[in-house]
Amino acid sequence: MNFPILSSLILLPIVGALFLFFTKEKDGNNLTAKYVALFTTIVNFLISIYLWLLFDPTTSAFQFVEERIWIEDFINYKVGVDGISILFILLTTFITPLCIVSVNNTVKDRLRDFLIAILIMESFMIGVFCALDLIVFYLFFEAGLIPMFLIIGIWGGPKRVYSAFKFFLYTLLGSVLMLVAIISIYWISGTTDVIKLYELGIDAKYQNLLWLAFFSSFAVKTPMWPVHTWLPDAHVEAPTAGSVLLAAILLKMAGYGFIRFSLGLFPIASEVFTPLIYTLSVIAIIFTSFIALMQEDMKKLIAYSSVAHMGFVTLGIFTLQQQGIEGSIIQMISHGLVSAALFLCVGVVYDRMHSRLIKSYGGIVTIIPKYSILFMLFTLAALGLPGTSGFIGEFLILMGAFKDNFLVAVIASFGVILGAAYMLWLYKRVVFGKLINEDLKKMVDLNKSEYLILTCLAVPTLFFGFYPEPLFNTIEVSVSDLINMHNLNIASK
Amino acid sequence: MYNLNLILPEIFISLSVMFLLILGVFKKDSSQIIFNLSLFTILIAAIITVNETYFINRVTLFRDSVVIDPMASLMKIITLIGGFLVLVISSSYLKSFNIFKIEYPILILSSILGMMVMISSNDLMVFYMGLELQSLALYVLATFNRNQLKSSEAGLKYFVLSALSSGLLLYGCSLIYGFSGSTNFDVIANQLNSNEYALTFGIVFILVGLAFKISAVPFHMWAPDVYEGSPTSVTLFFTMVPKIAALTVFIRFLYVPFLNLIDQWQMIIVFLSIASMIFGAIAAIGQTNIKRLIAYSSIGHIGYTLAGLATGSNDGIQSSIIYISIYVVMNLALFSCLLMLKRNEQYYEDIDDLSGLSKNHPLLSLCLLIILFSLAGIPPLAGFFAKFYVFKAVIEQSMYFLAIVGLLSTVIAAFYYLRIIKIIYFDKEKEKYDTDHGVWLKFSLTFSTILILFYFIFPSQLIELVSRINII
Repeated sequence: MNFPILSSLILLPIVGALFLFFTKEKDGNNLTAKYVALFTTIVNFLISIYLWLLFDPTTSAFQFVEERIWIEDFINYKVGVDGISILFILLTTFITPLCIVSVNNTVKDRLRDFLIAILIMESFMIGVFCALDLIVFYLFFEAGLIPMFLIIGIWGGPKRVYSAFKFFLYTLLGSVLMLVAIISIYWISGTTDVIKLYELGIDAKYQNLLWLAFFSSFAVKTPMWPVHTWLPDAHVEAPTAGSVLLAAILLKMAGYGFIRFSLGLFPIASEVFTPLIYTLSVIAIIFTSFIALMQEDMKKLIAYSSVAHMGFVTLGIFTLQQQGIEGSIIQMISHGLVSAALFLCVGVVYDRMHSRLIKSYGGIVTIIPKYSILFMLFTLAALGLPGTSGFIGEFLILMGAFKDNFLVAVIASFGVILGAAYMLWLYKRVVFGKLINEDLKKMVDLNKSEYLILTCLAVPTLFFGFYPEPLFNTIEVSVSDLINMHNLNIASK
Repeated sequence: MYNLNLILPEIFISLSVMFLLILGVFKKDSSQIIFNLSLFTILIAAIITVNETYFINRVTLFRDSVVIDPMASLMKIITLIGGFLVLVISSSYLKSFNIFKIEYPILILSSILGMMVMISSNDLMVFYMGLELQSLALYVLATFNRNQLKSSEAGLKYFVLSALSSGLLLYGCSLIYGFSGSTNFDVIANQLNSNEYALTFGIVFILVGLAFKISAVPFHMWAPDVYEGSPTSVTLFFTMVPKIAALTVFIRFLYVPFLNLIDQWQMIIVFLSIASMIFGAIAAIGQTNIKRLIAYSSIGHIGYTLAGLATGSNDGIQSSIIYISIYVVMNLALFSCLLMLKRNEQYYEDIDDLSGLSKNHPLLSLCLLIILFSLAGIPPLAGFFAKFYVFKAVIEQSMYFLAIVGLLSTVIAAFYYLRIIKIIYFDKEKEKYDTDHGVWLKFSLTFSTILILFYFIFPSQLIELVSRINII
């Protein structure tokens, strides 16, 4: 396999963005730009599907590895995928075209610039998931801040400046410590190549501090309690497509980082800090679920539910059980689909009524039935109803947790109940009930593009809910090898 | 007999300065000719420097008082290129203020000459001579727009404070001479007796003087006022070129004679570095004038450069030089943008004047966006790599405290850069600015922005350039 398929995945959106740069802006409604962007992202999705088909799930070794000297004797540009990262790449390339379709209704001015930002964002996100060198990873991880800052800041809501700054500075603050850690790893081990570092291992006496430095970055990005406060602000103010990218993919970078780097590179420290992660995760699950119950703004409610769901993810990762980690990965994929869909659902009613407050809706089920059905589906998926992908993830995480720590698992299970409570209550208040607001009668049901997007998201949600086998096939060997390596490292200590 | 070819660039520039002065006196309305000839002089000097000195490893001249080595030639080339670009983009600015006079290019030439002497100096006397030559020219340049009160004030302030620091520096030189018996760096290095605590006094005095020249905290007070008051093209010169020379002297002074006393001076440099990084970041937040903001941001950037110097390793020196080179490019780009903010023959320099720039001038705003994110040190732009190399060298020496403080202050600094971006992109637009800029201005902006944006594709080239520098 000589063709640099991963690099082309990373580069293609940038090429598309360059093309867009030369299209002319006409009254903010730029069809050419939209088609170019859509074409690019769909081609990228097809390439990643092709990649998945070529992918050999029977080995945990990194595949499609490309390596080029970048800075002499120091950094190599190295990318590759294993069973864990390939799913995230697929998720990214799947969500981005949907974002581009959705901008139809939400972004009014400077459409071209918006599409450029989204394309560049896609390229950086793919880069994050296939980087096999710590510095390359850091570059992509940080570079993503620039387009996201602009997406929130230029196209966001009324408090967009505050939210954009908060998002940027929080994430940057978390990441600088990771940079110190990465450079330290270079001086300790003489390389930043992840594969070599897996083989060499890192001296136990450094692991705790390094783990904490990586944790500071990932905890902000996940986001974990108590550094989650940027997320509701960013979500509420970002335009719909921005929220979708943020919830569906950006948050997953941190979960991915925990699996790939925290577990992979610092096994001993991971064992040491498991109680910390458990505590924070459980607090996140329970505490933010209660906060979500209290929200009056739909987007904020979903944002807090994201924090709670990511709490499950971190909990699952650090159970260090096969089920726990697999569950976390599937939960991330499922949350990527479901939260994207929920934000789109909110976007749909917001575009019509220009309000995100729950109390301004009610009884819309008879007016827009198609919407209500799809919204119902995603609500159920978010609370983890069997038959949706959300169930598989949560169930496996809790199973892993019960094996490892009974108390934590019991508390986390309450989170499932709370999750059902706030999601169903949200749905009840928005869709059912009496039609109090006369303006709501003018609402029109989903248009073609909205219908298309939501259906596209509904199909995998249901499909993987009933038949998660393809996902398990892809990740199984990689996860079990990761755990074996982890146990070996612990034993040899 | 010495090989005078090695200092041919200096000789050529000094002869040209004299010739241009005479030409200016005897020929009426010769400012354009002298301007062009000065550009030509710098270009030729740069070519000679590359030709004669670039491939030489280390030669000393005039009883070891002048040294030609890879660092000297590289820094001279950067100085000359910087000087050339500053001169070439400032012509329309000068013309609109009616200060397009023969003295301007000549003063710039002589200050460049002074800097080249500084860069090559291997002796306290030679170093002091070069320093004074460049400073004297800079005082006059700061007051060049003498009809403006602020410009005169800037020049006077700069003169008084700079004279004070030169005095301290000279006192330090005499202390060192008194206790080591020589002013030559190599001789001092050989005769160094680390028990001589008086030498430490000398080092501290000289460091104070040098810190003043590069405006490191706590010797930075002059910078904001002078930067704000001077004509913008001179401010550009201030922020770029003298810092290269002063940094070279800093390196040579610390690492040639006094490397063995590293325990004595390392703490000082670390302090200067940390203080500059933090102060530069915090003080810039409240500024409303772009030039003042750049002054504080340049204080911060000097802090990062000093962090590389504090390591006491070759890697550290190289990272500092990389940092300053990238910083020079970023500054050039930023000032090119600033010089484009012109409407009806009037230049605008408040941050609020940038409001909503992206609506009317999308390309200019995009350049500013790239430059500002690069200054903030966000990957994958050049500014990130500059910081990256510095912190790589710092962490190599296990100076974690310095690294963490430095990186945290980048977060604070990011705030004020983001504020400018916010004003450009998120705020309401104002009137349009002129778009008929000179070719050179456009060229320098495009060129430097492309360098910043695409640096990450070929990062090795710059490293290779500085890898020949081997002071220790």
